Amino acid sequence: MNIIYYLSDGIIPFTFIIIVGYALLNKVDVFDAFIDGALSGFQTVIKILPTLIGLMAAVGILRTSGCLDYISSFISPVTDLFEFPSELVPLVIIKMFSSSAASSLLVDIYKQSGPDSSVGILASVLMSCSETIFYTMSVYFMTAGVTKTRYTLAGSVACMIAGIIASVFIVGIS
Amino acid sequence: MLNKLWGLMIVAGICVSAFNGSIDKIGTAAIDSSKDAVSLCITMLGVMSLWTGLMNIAKQAGIINALTRFMTPFLSYLFPGIPKGHIANEYIATNIISNMLGLSWAATPAGLKAMEYMKELNGKSNIASTDMCTFLIVNISSLQLIPVNIIAFRSSYGSASPTDIIGMGLFATTISTLVGILFSVIARKRSS
Repeated sequence: MNIIYYLSDGIIPFTFIIIVGYALLNKVDVFDAFIDGALSGFQTVIKILPTLIGLMAAVGILRTSGCLDYISSFISPVTDLFEFPSELVPLVIIKMFSSSAASSLLVDIYKQSGPDSSVGILASVLMSCSETIFYTMSVYFMTAGVTKTRYTLAGSVACMIAGIIASVFIVGIS
Repeated sequence: MLNKLWGLMIVAGICVSAFNGSIDKIGTAAIDSSKDAVSLCITMLGVMSLWTGLMNIAKQAGIINALTRFMTPFLSYLFPGIPKGHIANEYIATNIISNMLGLSWAATPAGLKAMEYMKELNGKSNIASTDMCTFLIVNISSLQLIPVNIIAFRSSYGSASPTDIIGMGLFATTISTLVGILFSVIARKRSS
């Protein structure tokens, strides 16, 4: 699966050269634009810091209490059938509700197993392929004043399951 | 949503630890984790600022607008209920392109605007239109090209090669989005 790794290595330099090259041709003040944009990213991270502190403390408590291990071992007979690591089940469930809570769990998995372990890699791929179903649905439908959401939830869950299967498959063969 | 979830995590964690005798370690865990959050944010400050800086260059050079214009004609296949040239198409395209580039703060306002216009097209009904369902399913399946925050987390926890997961992530996110599109089209045909 070399192509997957070429893609991984190449996409960031490719994005940089396309954007900076095109901007230079169009006489954009590239560095000034960069500084402005970087400042907005800086502020975004500062704004989520309190959220992350609160959630990572909560995940730390859950981890130390053994709660996460109980959930994993409770569910492992089922996940073993699908060759899915049971310690990733809390991550998949929490991800449906809150992406920052899921990030805290992801970091906890990195701490326990390392980001380059097979579990760490699968967790990374899982996190990069789905959105927070319930949060997104509630914000968007609330804006539109919609109370009957028809098949949106079913479709979103179908996407999530497809994403999980695709992640397990691609990590397995890479 | 987070209020109940967070409260439940704290209460469940402390109750369980009281039963199995690990309560002496809870205080240290909470304090260490909050310190970890700060060091994680320091890595994220670097990676996210680099990315948003680059994306601002793309915006000023007109690349993001060009991508949005390129995408708009394709939307009529996905959203047959929105007339061609309607402004909702533009907002949907902005939302999808921003999500692809990992600019979620730009994606959400555009997405909410799109929902408002779809609501008008739907006669302000409280039942979701097929276009709304399609939009949300595609949005939730989130086609993200480069998962910048995941890369930042990986680098913060000492990954030898934080970007190694981009290709695999791209594969998985493409599959989940394709399934979302397929599901939406089939569900729309069946409901009409």
